[in-house]
Amino acid sequence: MATIAEVGRKERASDCWVRLEITERGGIEIGLKSKVKSMYGESIRDLAKKMMKFFGIENASLYIEDGGTLPFVLKARIESAVKRCLPATKKEFLAEITPQNLYRVDRDRFRRSRLYVPGDQPRLIINAGLYKPDGVILDLEDSVAPSEKESARFIVRNGLREVDFFGAERMMRINQLPMGLTDLAFAVPHGVHTILIPKCEDDETVKEVDAKIQELRSQYGIDNEVYLMPIIEGALGTINAYKIATASPNIVALTIGLEDFAADIGAERTREGIESLLARESVVLAARAAGIQPIDSVFSDVADEEGLRESVLEAKKLGFEGKGCIHPNQIKIIHEKFAPTEQEIERAKRISLALEEAQRKGAGVVALGSKMIDPPVVKRAERILRLAILNGQLPKNWKESLRGDLQDSGEAIRR
Amino acid sequence: MKGKINALGRWVPDEINGHPVLPYQGVGQYIPAGRRAAPPVVSCANYPQDGNKVVPNLRQALERAGIRDGMTISTHHHFRDGDKVSNILFDTIADMGIRDIRWFPSASFPCHAPIIKHLERGVVHHIEGSMNGPLGEFCTRGKMKGQGVLRSHGGRYRAVQDGDVHIDIAVIAAPTADPFGNANALYGKSVCGSLMFALADSQYADKVIIVTDNLVPFPCIPWQIQGNYVDWVVVMDEIGDPSKIISGTTKITRSPARLLIAELTARFIKETGIMRDGFSFQAGAGGTSLAFVVYLKEMMKEAGVKAGWVRGGSTKYLVELLEEGLTGAILDGQTFDLDGIRSMRENPNHVWTSPFTSYSYHGKGHFASMVDVVVLGATEVDVDFNANVVTHSDGMLLHGIGGWQDCLFSKCTILAVPSFRDRIPVIVDKVTTLTGPSELIDVVVTEKGIAINPRRKDLLEALKGSTLPIRPIGEIKEEVERICGGPPAPPKVDNDRVVAAIQWVDGTVIDVVNMKVD
Repeated sequence: MATIAEVGRKERASDCWVRLEITERGGIEIGLKSKVKSMYGESIRDLAKKMMKFFGIENASLYIEDGGTLPFVLKARIESAVKRCLPATKKEFLAEITPQNLYRVDRDRFRRSRLYVPGDQPRLIINAGLYKPDGVILDLEDSVAPSEKESARFIVRNGLREVDFFGAERMMRINQLPMGLTDLAFAVPHGVHTILIPKCEDDETVKEVDAKIQELRSQYGIDNEVYLMPIIEGALGTINAYKIATASPNIVALTIGLEDFAADIGAERTREGIESLLARESVVLAARAAGIQPIDSVFSDVADEEGLRESVLEAKKLGFEGKGCIHPNQIKIIHEKFAPTEQEIERAKRISLALEEAQRKGAGVVALGSKMIDPPVVKRAERILRLAILNGQLPKNWKESLRGDLQDSGEAIRR
Repeated sequence: MKGKINALGRWVPDEINGHPVLPYQGVGQYIPAGRRAAPPVVSCANYPQDGNKVVPNLRQALERAGIRDGMTISTHHHFRDGDKVSNILFDTIADMGIRDIRWFPSASFPCHAPIIKHLERGVVHHIEGSMNGPLGEFCTRGKMKGQGVLRSHGGRYRAVQDGDVHIDIAVIAAPTADPFGNANALYGKSVCGSLMFALADSQYADKVIIVTDNLVPFPCIPWQIQGNYVDWVVVMDEIGDPSKIISGTTKITRSPARLLIAELTARFIKETGIMRDGFSFQAGAGGTSLAFVVYLKEMMKEAGVKAGWVRGGSTKYLVELLEEGLTGAILDGQTFDLDGIRSMRENPNHVWTSPFTSYSYHGKGHFASMVDVVVLGATEVDVDFNANVVTHSDGMLLHGIGGWQDCLFSKCTILAVPSFRDRIPVIVDKVTTLTGPSELIDVVVTEKGIAINPRRKDLLEALKGSTLPIRPIGEIKEEVERICGGPPAPPKVDNDRVVAAIQWVDGTVIDVVNMKVD
């Protein structure tokens, strides 16, 4: 058992470095160097004492070097140090889940944008929801260095409970298994909506994750479903795409990660992306066949706004419904480019009206003029209208105002 | 110590540095009478007929100026953190055995930290001027012999004009000058664009010394400082560090939160209808302000709207507006990058202005109150819309006022600030040091929403039905406290030790800074 633990970062704004040494005698000794000492010094000491008491530590020397850390991170850093010294302790120092975060999400909600945030970057976590992405991914995988992963789990867990994400879908990307299975305990009981599973090669990985989630749900009495979004990142995963997409009823979307893909198939990554075209389309096909959302990879050049616009339009053409973001500035562009066009909205409106007409008549089929409309087209039209309303492109009560307009102009609507 | 409570409820002492203090009375309430101060009458008969006023070195110039203990010596801050002249000046004064100087800079910067040793040894008695960085800390710790006095740019000009401060010797660093004393900042290796923060100094000081590292034959054209006010010219190898005086390019913030603030600010100006043909605005050179200009420009282009005039500190972003015909003029107090200097040199519609034209309380009007909208920063804003721009929440004096107080007179004053920095709330119950009154602060834009001063019913009305996140300021404050773990503890200070007075633009004292003891 280690009696000394050092976690966190020195000289980093909004973060801290904690050194804990469990001692034999002398009570709790706290040393503090803080950028905000005169304003929050007392509160930091009080918290540290409270946490030592909570974990049953009677003798310790604790030193905190603080760059203005928010409480949820400070608590995470201290707990991480405690757990390194006392790995057997099962207690968790948890705050209530903030009331703003009690919302749930629908399985078929829009997932146009999902913002990746490194799990050990508190500054980015705290504001992630402000930019109104459809989802925020607290990442424990590639964006967190191996030495930081353990401590990042506590930050992500506390973040899920305490940070207001302003209505975004709260996602977490776990590490590859088996490490990822341990990550789940830091998410499932703490209000996560969706788990992203990296580097999926087959359905077994998904099933393992799903089983662990179910175990945690019953252990902690969590009544809401936790959704899954597998990420395909290589040749084998692409071949198994449909198996992966159908591995669990909790899968809501399938996505592709292109960072490692080119290397995996032995190709160069190109700007045009021809090397991954088949894989991307395979993901779309597998997802559609499974009845879930196909979501595209991230666009990694943050400075290239024009490139991002093209990339989103291309994704839309291929059938994707969303893209990953690695910078908040990408969100708005992605939403703009995934927005339905005027033509799409007009057509969707006509289909929706035709559907209403058919239902009123009790007709089994929907027809637009002489053309029959298939159910998937109707479903897509409804989705387009929902998105147009969300974007403010269409008033919520467009049907009523349309009727009004028609009546005003003397065109009678058939009753 | 005796004192009074001023019109904003802040206690101010009866005396600062032995001079009587007028407590702040309210915006536009204090109207002094009398006549302006003036320098002594001089005669050209006493000056070289050939116009050559060059003396071998600064020491000789100071000797001829009759420097003695207790005098007031002024400098300007156009070189910002790249100034070398002030440090050389006080080293020279120290060598001459002179003591108890009142230093009256238009601002000081971290590069002036070497002057701390002259404060410690009594060469400099105290500083009257904004104190940035280490000097501010030195002052807050109560180590300065006298008390600091902070004035805005307009307030400084006022103080010179009405005799509140009499300058004995003005030392004006100039990137280009001729032997007669004509000077500008448009040419030379130490270019900084304008010299107008030294205008009052040149006109009202008893003695004026120009220090340059680029002496050109008469006439130095254009002259921003007129040689007819100048007594001596001194040539030095290097008066500044060009890389710190001016940046090659100014950078827009990359912080997504700041970008969001900038975008919300631009949208606010558009949606309130302030953005209309012929409008005017002022924005500084901070990262958020620059980003705001970029967003506003896009909106102006989209709507086909052109500004009548804008006010700097200019940067390439304002220069682009001018060059693309999106504004008729830049009325500029200072410039921050090479594009700004080029434009000032070449474009007759890029005009250098002085604190007199822009801000002075003793002018027959000033530009600041004619600006439609100004975007500023602050260290703290309270739930009553009072703001602080000089101290941090820990009570440390770390920033100057600059033109901030003067700019509050704009028709719409927006403070664009993050709601908290690291763990420190910016939106608070009560500001640590009250620098600007709520009466003049209309809008606070944060990443968490926009708060409008309830006094501005017109703005609230204009935004009915808008999708902008308009929120009560108290609600933002509560949210921030939830994130930061409660309100910050107030600074521990010695209430009997006033280390600096914050003047309002009219010369009354709006608040004081106490010695920090923790």
